Amino acid sequence: MINRRDFLKLTAAGGGAVLMSSLYTGALAVDSPRVDDFYFVQLSDSHWGFSGPANPDAANTLKKAVAAVNALPMPPDFIVFTGDLTQTTDDPKERRERMAQFRDVVAELKVGPVYFMPGEHDAALDRGAAYKEYFGKTHYRFTHKGVHFLVLDNVSDPGAKIGEEQLVWLKSELAALEQDARIVVFTHRPLFDLEPKWDWATRDGDQAIALLMPYTNVTVFYGHIHQEHHHTTGHIAHHAARSLIFPLPVPGSQDRRTPLPWDPAAPGKGLGFREVQSEARQLQYQLQEFPVPQGQS
Amino acid sequence: MRSSRRQFLRRILGSSGAVLCGGSLLAEAAGETSQPQPARVIRIEAKKFTYTPNEIAIQQGESVILDLTALDFVHGFNIPDLHVRADIVPGKATRLPLQFPSAGKISFLCDNFCGSGHEEMGGNFNVIAS
Repeated sequence: MINRRDFLKLTAAGGGAVLMSSLYTGALAVDSPRVDDFYFVQLSDSHWGFSGPANPDAANTLKKAVAAVNALPMPPDFIVFTGDLTQTTDDPKERRERMAQFRDVVAELKVGPVYFMPGEHDAALDRGAAYKEYFGKTHYRFTHKGVHFLVLDNVSDPGAKIGEEQLVWLKSELAALEQDARIVVFTHRPLFDLEPKWDWATRDGDQAIALLMPYTNVTVFYGHIHQEHHHTTGHIAHHAARSLIFPLPVPGSQDRRTPLPWDPAAPGKGLGFREVQSEARQLQYQLQEFPVPQGQS
Repeated sequence: MRSSRRQFLRRILGSSGAVLCGGSLLAEAAGETSQPQPARVIRIEAKKFTYTPNEIAIQQGESVILDLTALDFVHGFNIPDLHVRADIVPGKATRLPLQFPSAGKISFLCDNFCGSGHEEMGGNFNVIAS
């Protein structure tokens, strides 16, 4: 059987969007639940329903991504879409049609489960009403092979707020976890102030980061900015993914966050998806020293 | 001096509508002046997906009051460089007293997602060196 490291080397050599990111940096507690190696795929910002010169192939890009994931030589354990599944529209009927069409396209994915969360294009105009009809809750938690995944909604409020109620929920979810628990956060917008002039921030994201900060193994994966980007706040790593519709410019590199032009010579340039490899720590030995007891012989 | 400044601020605060405070407020930056210049009122209208006007010339150090109105949505008005933001509620006057201490371009944007043109909704204060 092919080993996973060899597999990753092969995948990387074959081109495409591959990111290997170890989720773990801390020591493994002796009594931690079993953590196995696995990998998942992150897709983001498909903006189904978009039409414009920034992507003349918009009707096919998501389908091509689905086919590419289905063609991976080893199937991922799960797939996550980090928001902006659909392009926004003021028409509630059209919004639902786009969500239904998106759901039909991704139903072709051969592996599961598939986890979803909204972006502002999906949820901000109706506070998530249509999204919930098609995809369920906008924030939730799940566990996979010893890793705790927390999905945060920072888009259903049009002001890009997580909100007090969800922050209370986050705090209570975290309270049930050990300080060295493996925690992954999925969200749409950056939780930190990446580029406030472009609205690349979450208004109360600092409160979520403050709640996460006491935990030693936290990694955040998000979308929204349509490009690969890596940042740390303290010991917490934040990784933005490329989009499946059009790339956006480097943060702060120009006045407005207008899409980068489509390059007919390199269709799909700047688009892609990501694999995330989660590796269990190597076996470690915990030592405990004892003195020789003194006393009566 | 102090009382005249207080009266001046009271006049601003007493004017109609919501007055919101932020990082570079007139009250903080005006300093002790015996004859404060009356602040220029600049009306800005917000409508999906533009502000009118969206390019505004300001003299460095000038005191202004932004008189913001929204026609169709609770648009946001955010000036990240000044750490000032407000929600503009339709039917309700929103006033922001500001001072611009430095020359250069200061951008503003809508930070409440308002639809398919939201990402383009913004503008600039072009602050001219005095």
